[in-house]
Amino acid sequence: MPSPRYWREVPARFRLEAVRCRGCGKVVYPARRVCPGCRGTDLEPLALSRSGTVVTSTVIHVAPAEFAMETPYAVAIVETPEGARLMAQVVDCELPEVKPGLKVNLEFRLIRQEGHGGILCYGHKAVPEA
Amino acid sequence: MAGIVGYGAYIPRKRITAQEIARQWGKDPATIEQGLLLKEKSVPGLDEDTVTIAVAAGRVALQRAGIDPQKVGALYIGSESHPYAVKPSGTIVVEALGIGPRVHVADMEFACKAGTEAMFVALGLVESGRVEYAMGIGADTSQGAPNDALEFSASAGGAAYLFGRADPLAEVLETFSYTTDTPDFWRREGRFYPRHGGRFTGEPAYFKHVLAATRGILEKSGLKPQDFAFAVFHMPNGKFPLAAGKTLGFTKRQLETGWLVPTMGNTYSGSSPTGLAAVLDVAAAGDLILITSFGSGAGSDSFVLKATPRLAERRRLGATVRAMLDGKRRYLTYGQYASYREKIILND
Ligand SMILES: [Zn+2]
Repeated sequence: MPSPRYWREVPARFRLEAVRCRGCGKVVYPARRVCPGCRGTDLEPLALSRSGTVVTSTVIHVAPAEFAMETPYAVAIVETPEGARLMAQVVDCELPEVKPGLKVNLEFRLIRQEGHGGILCYGHKAVPEA
Repeated sequence: MAGIVGYGAYIPRKRITAQEIARQWGKDPATIEQGLLLKEKSVPGLDEDTVTIAVAAGRVALQRAGIDPQKVGALYIGSESHPYAVKPSGTIVVEALGIGPRVHVADMEFACKAGTEAMFVALGLVESGRVEYAMGIGADTSQGAPNDALEFSASAGGAAYLFGRADPLAEVLETFSYTTDTPDFWRREGRFYPRHGGRFTGEPAYFKHVLAATRGILEKSGLKPQDFAFAVFHMPNGKFPLAAGKTLGFTKRQLETGWLVPTMGNTYSGSSPTGLAAVLDVAAAGDLILITSFGSGAGSDSFVLKATPRLAERRRLGATVRAMLDGKRRYLTYGQYASYREKIILND
């Protein structure tokens, strides 16, 4: 049952809480206790901007069952101005416009449902800037 | 004096036209467009609900207020489409907005009036000094049954209002509420779609309550219709708010800025609050603003507001309602709409 894991990830999923390494400056998302860059443990909390740029993307045509009604849809790696990278679905867009360099905002959306009777899992999706 | 220190609105980017819905059911689009004054309405994506709309609007309200979210001591969301039957929408919204955990939260329900109900309670707590800041949100992703008149209007969107006593963008000068037991529109537990009393929703329901609340607040405040720069009445369709305004002595000019329904639809708990947001997007310092909501069942809340000089500098920090209505949109066919609104049911 994935609910406890989803609940633990709420600060990262809902508020984009990351950490910055005071040793080498690397921004790590989601937050970790050890810097993957320099293995330092002196990390300060940092909330990511709700905007970014598409680094790379793909279009999903054959999706897991719970996303079947949404196909075809785009998924991208988005880099925020702080230098953190996260994977997000890109919505409210035309699929051909989702290319490296596309400026996006990160909006709070329903990500998935744990079946018909389970909990609703929220997080962020990317939407092209107006 | 207590007032609105921040506000925000959100309208999903998908649309369906009245013409497309009329085509599906073999109806005459002219009767909808000219009779009810409805051209198109917003449609939520599969990933948009009352919670996501409330978060989007609430973030802008906090941005415009420029305050630490930790200072918000109460948050209320009015909706008739809370995503859970049991588990408050507000718990998810405060977490996403960075408010709390030292915060009082509740979900409210009163058909289309739940948004102003949340605002009324938030304002009262701030005025009493119980909390420093309180947020009231109205948001909905309403459903009309297929081939019902409601299908042309039921849409999605919402607005959030942050109340406080320091540096308001608009002061709240007066409030007035009017409530009776009137069974004009309802949905029993476990039913998919609401039912309504057809023509009964007009005179004994909408007009009786909207007119009584508005006349009540005018009497209580000693103001006349011509004192106001803007007036917003709940918008179940295009016709009702214009007719109510005319009966009360308001001009088309006072009504048109907040009259969003022709291209937004009826966002239920978000309807009159979003109309008010569109007014705050353009109001000048000193302008008096009237808003009267309506919720079936039935009741109305009225507020008299006065814009302050601070409004013009703070509203720039968020998108306007007009930009959301007239900006980038995606038009859906009835088939796409049916799938987005989960009217196409699949096996597990
Ligand atoms: Zn490091």
